[in-house]
Amino acid sequence: MAELLTKFPRRRTVLLASLLAVGMTATACSAPGEDRSSTQKSDAAVKTELGTDPITLDMYAETGFPLAKALADEFSKQHSNVKFNIREDQFTVIVENAPRVMASDNSPDIIRLPTMVDLVKDDLLKNLDPYFTAYGWDKFPASQLMQLRVGENTRGTGSLYGMGLGYSVTGVFYNKKLASQIGMTQPPATVAEFEELLAKAKTGGVQPIMQFNKNTAGINFPHQALQNQFGDPTQVADWIFQKPGATFDTPAALKATQTIQKWAQAGYFTKDANALDYAGMVGEFQKGNGLFMFNGDWESANLDKSMPGNVGFFLFPTESPGGKHVAMSAPNTFGVSAKAKNPDAAAYFLNWVHTNAKAREISVTVGGSSPGGPSDLPVPSAAPNTVLAETLKASQQLGAENGAVDFTANATGGIFAAAITPEMQKLIAGQQTPEGYVKAVQAEYQKELSR
Amino acid sequence: MTSALGSAPTGHDDRRARPTPTRAHRFRWARAAGTGWLYVLPALVMYAVFVLRPLVLTLQYSLYDWNGIGVARWVGLDNYLTVFTDSDLLKIIGNAMVLIVFFSFIPVALGLLVASMVRRITTGAFGTVVRTILFLPQVIPLVAAGIAWSWLLSSNGLVNQALRAVGLGGVARAWLGDFDTALPAVGVIGAWVLLGLCTILLVTGMSKIDPALYEAARLDGAGPVREFLAVTLPSLRQEIGVCLTVTIIAALASFDIVYISTSGGPGLQTTVPGLEIYRLAFSQRQVGLASALAVVLMLLVLACVLPIQRLSRGEKQ
Repeated sequence: MAELLTKFPRRRTVLLASLLAVGMTATACSAPGEDRSSTQKSDAAVKTELGTDPITLDMYAETGFPLAKALADEFSKQHSNVKFNIREDQFTVIVENAPRVMASDNSPDIIRLPTMVDLVKDDLLKNLDPYFTAYGWDKFPASQLMQLRVGENTRGTGSLYGMGLGYSVTGVFYNKKLASQIGMTQPPATVAEFEELLAKAKTGGVQPIMQFNKNTAGINFPHQALQNQFGDPTQVADWIFQKPGATFDTPAALKATQTIQKWAQAGYFTKDANALDYAGMVGEFQKGNGLFMFNGDWESANLDKSMPGNVGFFLFPTESPGGKHVAMSAPNTFGVSAKAKNPDAAAYFLNWVHTNAKAREISVTVGGSSPGGPSDLPVPSAAPNTVLAETLKASQQLGAENGAVDFTANATGGIFAAAITPEMQKLIAGQQTPEGYVKAVQAEYQKELSR
Repeated sequence: MTSALGSAPTGHDDRRARPTPTRAHRFRWARAAGTGWLYVLPALVMYAVFVLRPLVLTLQYSLYDWNGIGVARWVGLDNYLTVFTDSDLLKIIGNAMVLIVFFSFIPVALGLLVASMVRRITTGAFGTVVRTILFLPQVIPLVAAGIAWSWLLSSNGLVNQALRAVGLGGVARAWLGDFDTALPAVGVIGAWVLLGLCTILLVTGMSKIDPALYEAARLDGAGPVREFLAVTLPSLRQEIGVCLTVTIIAALASFDIVYISTSGGPGLQTTVPGLEIYRLAFSQRQVGLASALAVVLMLLVLACVLPIQRLSRGEKQ
């Protein structure tokens, strides 16, 4: 027995070591990722005809947003040879999965995209420039597709890599009953007026802002809304597009952060904001537990259903009276995978979404967003007296004022999770100073860009 | 056991004095060993593919700067240096250490207390009911437990309602969203999940203790406390060892409860290594750093668990 006890562990060690060695030699010969062959095919000729051969388009879309499926169904109705195979995941899951799914052999044709720069760097996205020319997308307002362009490690210029299934606008939803209760007769015209309303609500016993800040920082919405007004919005856009030399450490960002801190201290956000998630926020707002909610038009149709006639919307007011409105507005970006089996059909679908009358109507009624597309096409109208009609109007107003900017949360792949969210949670709990917040976000940004 | 392995019993254990095996002996040994290997082969293949290979790959990745797709860049031990110098990552490892108190020490201590109390009612229908109730948290999926507890602990949840009902409304808060209470609140969820497991293990252990020992202790004039310290506790050495091992691993490798109840917030207050590894690898696409943190976590688990294994076994051998 003693012999076994001394002998066995040694034998086991030898065995383990040899197994590890086998594993090492099997895997450690080359650096990870080295065996990947380049997937980008040449973009010689593109077809703008759909043909009549049966086609199945694989689509990877976002759970909870029925627009993609609705458009796919209508497309199949109009083109009987095209079927869709749709896989859905939550957006955060898509963010995490997209690179690996697109690098796999079963890469989808059309995919809902998070940030694009990394995907382009890794050759995972199809360059849509040939389709841009072939379909004449130059007739779209240039600003519409700007966020979807990727150049040398920056966004905003360069080649086109995505299209929007609807173009969203963000602003402030308000509860009309609570608004009249505190004497708000019309949307505020300036930031100062907005702050007056917040104070009035607070003293009147009405929760001024219902905003989530768990998992991801929902309070970044009001923060950026303020930041857009306190400085030159192109500075914000440059930072998001990773233009060389752009920084978050600006007087505008600092003033915005100080304002958020002031609001938090005044109790304008709920005490449990750091424990409130997105669904919780929408639920509380629908129940009438908050006057304002910073959110986007993707909730319009839902809010019209849950609180009909009791909800309004306005673009975040300007700092000085009569100033230019600026709002976060982003396409619901879909791209074509570099490994797509049917890239031509995918591009045909994307073009159809922007130009077909029925598709544009679906974008509005189901997606709640502006359909985009050529400026000479009419925008379908929504039912009167709905918040959907208000967000649609706001979207057109923003287009006319040329005030759309992307979300600061989209600046880099990790900035939202690694810096904005934890630091914002600290800020509103009094654990971080405004100066510290601005510096921490910029530090993470630089760290990511240096990789 | 020796003969089962094929080496003939020699009558004495001195290895040097062992006679050289004959050809027949050797053949028999080899054949028996070969059959033995054949039996373990399926398990070994699974182990190699799903445990060893990932382990080796993780070690390899940890030496590279890699986004998971493109070509990796060799960085040597830089990722490990980051793990040990980045103040955020150190705080995250510290959080896991705090969780050990809640996931491990509290369930084991409470488990001992509860087990001593229910020891006498382990038989009969009542005993079954008690055991089932105690074990229930272990059966519920952790995600469900996380969701249920985040409702209980929310600002208008049952916990705060109860506090307000007894006039302690001033203490009420969003427990999982508050910087001071978030980590202990997560710890309470873990303690709730693991208490049942510890209690059941300890009750089972107690049922194996020879009643004569208690009788003898009582004859010597021992009260319940003395009885517990002199008889129960030493006899449960191995069970306590198992409880501590399982719960410490649960604390250090926690993920589900934290992900569901707080997502690591507020700030980094409840972020644990398991969550950070996942975030680094899949959302920030720093596969190398995530792998290095994973390796460090594995070593940390071993460093905590191996001494316990040794201590709990030590005497018996």
